[in-house]
Amino acid sequence: MLGEGILKGLAETAKNFAGSFVSEDRLTTVEYPEQRLLPIENTRDFPFLVYDGEDPEAGLRCVSCQICEKECPPKCIYIVKSTDKKPDYVGKPQFYPARFDIDISVCMSCQICVEVCPFEAIKMDTEFELSTDDRFGGLILDKHKLAKSNEHFQRIHPTEAAEVDARLAEEKEKVEAKAKAAAEAAAAKSAAEAAARKADAGSAGSNAEGVKP
Amino acid sequence: MIEGLIFGLLSILTLAGAAAAALLRNLVHCALSLSVTFVGLALMYLSLGAQFVGLSQILVYIGAVAILVVFAILLTRGAGALTPHRLIAAAGWRLGWIASVAVGFVLIVALVRSPLPVSGDHAVKVTVQQIGQALMGPYVLPLEIVAILLTVALIGAVIVAMPEDQKEMR
Amino acid sequence: MNSATLDQFFVLLQHHVAALFPTVLQPWVSMILGVVGIVAVFPAIFALTTVLERKGLGRMQNRLGPNRVGPFGILQPIADAIKSLTKEDIVPRNADDVVHFLAPVVLVVAIFLGYAVLPVGRNMVLLNIDAGILLFFAVGASTELSIFMAGWSSRNKYSLLGAMRAVAQMISYEVPLLLAAVVAVMMTGSLAPTAIVQAQGGFTGIFPHWYVFTPWGFAGFTLFVVAALAETNRSPFDLPEGESELVAGYFTEYSGFKFALFFLGEYLGMMSIAGYGITLFLGGWGAPFSFLTFIPSWAWFFAKLFLAIFFFIWLRGTLPRLRQDQLMNFAWKFMLPLSLLNLCVAAAWRFLGEWLGGGTVAELIRWLVCAAVLVLAYVLLARTLLRQQNISPRSYRYAD
Repeated sequence: MLGEGILKGLAETAKNFAGSFVSEDRLTTVEYPEQRLLPIENTRDFPFLVYDGEDPEAGLRCVSCQICEKECPPKCIYIVKSTDKKPDYVGKPQFYPARFDIDISVCMSCQICVEVCPFEAIKMDTEFELSTDDRFGGLILDKHKLAKSNEHFQRIHPTEAAEVDARLAEEKEKVEAKAKAAAEAAAAKSAAEAAARKADAGSAGSNAEGVKP
Repeated sequence: MIEGLIFGLLSILTLAGAAAAALLRNLVHCALSLSVTFVGLALMYLSLGAQFVGLSQILVYIGAVAILVVFAILLTRGAGALTPHRLIAAAGWRLGWIASVAVGFVLIVALVRSPLPVSGDHAVKVTVQQIGQALMGPYVLPLEIVAILLTVALIGAVIVAMPEDQKEMR
Repeated sequence: MNSATLDQFFVLLQHHVAALFPTVLQPWVSMILGVVGIVAVFPAIFALTTVLERKGLGRMQNRLGPNRVGPFGILQPIADAIKSLTKEDIVPRNADDVVHFLAPVVLVVAIFLGYAVLPVGRNMVLLNIDAGILLFFAVGASTELSIFMAGWSSRNKYSLLGAMRAVAQMISYEVPLLLAAVVAVMMTGSLAPTAIVQAQGGFTGIFPHWYVFTPWGFAGFTLFVVAALAETNRSPFDLPEGESELVAGYFTEYSGFKFALFFLGEYLGMMSIAGYGITLFLGGWGAPFSFLTFIPSWAWFFAKLFLAIFFFIWLRGTLPRLRQDQLMNFAWKFMLPLSLLNLCVAAAWRFLGEWLGGGTVAELIRWLVCAAVLVLAYVLLARTLLRQQNISPRSYRYAD
């Protein structure tokens, strides 16, 4: 019958109207600044730089290789390489970025910089409250604003961070093992040398066992 | 005094609207000016105390006729296109002048020859009820004839506008 | 203060203020006071309506709605007003600037004129003229022209489409709107809104003599409400300004204060048409029960007005938008025949009353006969139209 559907619809909206006052579960929205929904794990907006440890300067993973700068499609990354070197997470001396700027008014959140980075140094952030009253300067993020700790990364992208951490740990172990082996070899070598030298010094005449390898 | 002032202002409004409707080059502007004239006439009726006529004038002429004119303009040619100056002096302009002078002459003669009360004392206050009774009493035949005429025109318009294949079907 | 004084409070206030002026000026002063009252009260209700509408729609969609500005978001309209007043007024380069400027002004002026004859309480009408209802319909008809002006002068295809839709829709629904209103006029024998309200003033037992409680009155009221929704471009008849189709329809190219004027005009139009619906069928400022007459008449009018506005919001939260052909079919094939029939039924009601004489049985017979005719016509018409419509899965000629 004509009009029946209209009445049904009116009943439905009336139910919603009354129900929204009595049952909190019905509400599909949250009151934003006070209540927040957890971001979905694969959320991404703009890149940030990961650092290990406490000090953002010392722990920065970036070695200023400038691959991301070259790959960035809208060219929103600007890097100045340092002249000196600092040790990286395994202790190897590396360059570091003297300047690292990202213009997020240009960035298109494509994540290509993350994919090309060989050092796991740049990752995507989920921070979205970036509004500013300066549309030019305020949207250029420098090294200090970009640097965020590994703990932050672990919090926003747990799965990816775990993977990265495992890989880095493995690499570090490998490097350490290598270093240890090298150190051992060097120690053995130096021990042998020392022994030889001692033997040398002890008896110049009787060098039965000595430098002979 | 005040009546005279109001009458003067309304006359200026009405005549200006009419002049603009005839002289403006943009057809939609002409149509809108014409509706200004209609409003001026309606206000004049109202200022004379003829509520029913004045309000019917607005209802029919602004609500229907002006809209009809506008629709006709929009559906027939590029709305907003300026009419070229030479249209005013187009081939049939003499005929146009003759027709308008003839119509004006007839109207003026009719106006001059009709016995109008000179002062406001003779004016009768006509209520809506009296108009209704007159239409249903002595004027019922003209009313019905007009009604039938309009109905015929309406049906005719629908048949003219009907798609050809549907006309065959009937 | 007794209830009679309270009832006439605003009228007495007007007299007292006017009495402060010299005698020559008194009629003018009281007129100006009335105008100021209308111009102050109805836009204030408009402001309140915008926030109530947003909150109500939110609740119907299981949201909270605006609740930041002031307690429960009640000051939201002030924020909106500041926003629209401080925005840049942009006129498109190609627009016809004179017509573009005049359109919102004409719209708001015409709609305000309609309030001049609306009785909002006992003795509370600005202009008590014979042809009041006619004045309302006359100014209602002239809003069409301003909508056309807005759409055409913007030189924008969406605006023009919106304006054409609006004009076509308003012309189509004006016919059933008028015919639905005519039954009340016919029964009262007067075009004056005050007379129509007074004619509905009596009580049988505790129930009032509102026209809506008669078969023809109920049918007329329903038709009036549907036509009023279409006439004010409210959902589900909001095709002229369908956001998803036409941006904002005829006022797409308006910004700032002019946009606010269109918004104001739309809501004022909605309230005035609701006010006339109340006057014609719901007893105007009359109380709904005889024992409630101590409450001031103006309070009843505004209570009914808010109820009507809530109903409009409720419908907006419920119904989806019609298609253009459905809209036209509904107006010409359903609304028009029914409103014509309703006219005949109203006439029959009147003459049946004379033939059958008084008495409860005669009343009952009259009531049943008229109701049966209307219900039968409704059922038959609805069934025929639904059968013609052959509702089936949609097929796309080019997309498949």
